[in-house]
Amino acid sequence: MIDIVVTGNKDTRSGFGEGLLELAKTNKDVVALCADLIGSLKMDAFKAEAPERFFQMGIAEANMIGMAAGMTVGGKIPFTGTFAVFSTGRVYDQIRQSVAYSKKNVKICASHAGVTLGEDGATHQILEDIGMMKMLPNMTVVVPCDFNQTKQATIAIAAYEGPVYLRFGRPVMPIFIKEDADFVIGKADVLIEGTDCTIIACGHLVWKSIEAARILEAQGISVELINMHTIKPLDVQAVLKSITKTKCVVTAEEHMINGGLGDSIAQVLIQNLLVPQEYVGVNDTFGESGNPMELMTKFGIDTQNVVDAVLKVIKRK
Amino acid sequence: METSELKKVASQVRRDIVRMVSAVNSGHPGGSLGCADFLTVLYFDTMKHNSSEFSMNAINEDVFYLSNGHISPVFYSVLARSGYFPVPELATFRKIGTRLQGHPATDKKLPGVRMASGSLGQGLSNALGTCQTKKLNGDNSIVYTLHGDGELQEGQIWEAAMYASANKIDNLITTIDLNGRQIDGDTEQVLSLGNLAHKWQAFGWEVLEMDGHNIDEIKSTLNKAKSMTGNGKPIVIIMKTEMGQGVDYMMGSHKWHGVAPNPEQLILALNQLEETLGDY
Repeated sequence: MIDIVVTGNKDTRSGFGEGLLELAKTNKDVVALCADLIGSLKMDAFKAEAPERFFQMGIAEANMIGMAAGMTVGGKIPFTGTFAVFSTGRVYDQIRQSVAYSKKNVKICASHAGVTLGEDGATHQILEDIGMMKMLPNMTVVVPCDFNQTKQATIAIAAYEGPVYLRFGRPVMPIFIKEDADFVIGKADVLIEGTDCTIIACGHLVWKSIEAARILEAQGISVELINMHTIKPLDVQAVLKSITKTKCVVTAEEHMINGGLGDSIAQVLIQNLLVPQEYVGVNDTFGESGNPMELMTKFGIDTQNVVDAVLKVIKRK
Repeated sequence: METSELKKVASQVRRDIVRMVSAVNSGHPGGSLGCADFLTVLYFDTMKHNSSEFSMNAINEDVFYLSNGHISPVFYSVLARSGYFPVPELATFRKIGTRLQGHPATDKKLPGVRMASGSLGQGLSNALGTCQTKKLNGDNSIVYTLHGDGELQEGQIWEAAMYASANKIDNLITTIDLNGRQIDGDTEQVLSLGNLAHKWQAFGWEVLEMDGHNIDEIKSTLNKAKSMTGNGKPIVIIMKTEMGQGVDYMMGSHKWHGVAPNPEQLILALNQLEETLGDY
């Protein structure tokens, strides 16, 4: 019996906004920088609560990342906010040298990740960011799955010393993580226990995987669902424990198959326990304009894709 | 510090530079020699800093960012000679396991370095961040930066320049090493910088100019810049220098930007530079 309770519907970026507001009230060292997207990133509340610790950067992301790194000298904990595409690809070298290599306590907070950004189209729909960020030494990569978890993750990364990439999104999605859940960086959540197949998902694909698990349960297939909210450092023990039991795995993410969560899991399998794996992700193509949910279907990262992948991987056991 | 003493330090720093790069047959002597007088004055006369107990957070201390990280030899020599780490460690420059990486880095915890640099154009943004943190902390000390003139071809510099004046960053003193040369030739030929003073003025900065090889003028200009802080505007000093200054065969050309002297050339260079504080 799948015990998941939906308590509401909200966008994950609003979870970031609420977490940041909490930090404005509780941690005087937290400062926030935004590159002309206060409303989109839901940073208004932080700005209203702590205007002296809010920095409007204008449309100048390279300067924002460089300044965030410099603000750590003197003890501040900077949170930068812009779309995921401008948080990573546009400023990769700045992050590489001033944040990751210099090991600065900067939190790069990235909204509107993936195709669910929707109508603005491929220029804004980054699907490569997890790969770019996880390749950087010293970088922690966190991809929370719903509103509550994004709020919890935002608060948790302030207490962690070191560079963090926090990825979230735009669309309104179901809330299913408990409000008082304990979020620990690097410790995966087993949301559903099962025996026939392990699904390892992050971000919006966690909800899609819950839907898939219900469909599969009706067909008599028992799925174990791991919410891998921390891509790096990866909870290898949680992966091994589950696949030892189920003997196969599906990975699901709103990201390129190349370089994403699925590739991290594949490394674990190859080095430890070789079981069949299927990928649910975007296959080497740019996105396009459209409604977010229609785009998830079109680009092969919807509920049915997870169901199909589970059925396929079970046959390969 | 007296000008005569500063000249002695600068001469030793120049010896350190050519010996460091020659020993590993790599590194950037040209810009390093050109900035030896400036960095000597900055660390031995101008800045308020604690070299015996390095603090990353630099509370109530002035901070310096070397944005043009390739001139690490002059930076390392000045840091060592002012007491941040033992002078003999200069002999490890660019060798495996060293804290003195080819370009400055923080990961091996070399005292005196607060940010990696090398990929150009980032140091001004780093400095602005520290300026804002100092303001939040009620810390009145000053943040200094140094940039190559070729580095100003990077777009991020101008993002930062716009931010600084728009946000009244007035605890910042930036210096541009105007030697007119970069790897591929003269800046005028590679990508002309135009009228730099006008550019910085148009971006809302206070602009000062100085001769980067006149110790008295460097002292007085930096003191004047300090007296201008706290007035709502960022300050830039355009410093005219000669790449390779102090070694005759390196001057008047861009060719010694990133080429080390061989053992015979090293002797020729050292013959022109007085050993004042003792070689490492």
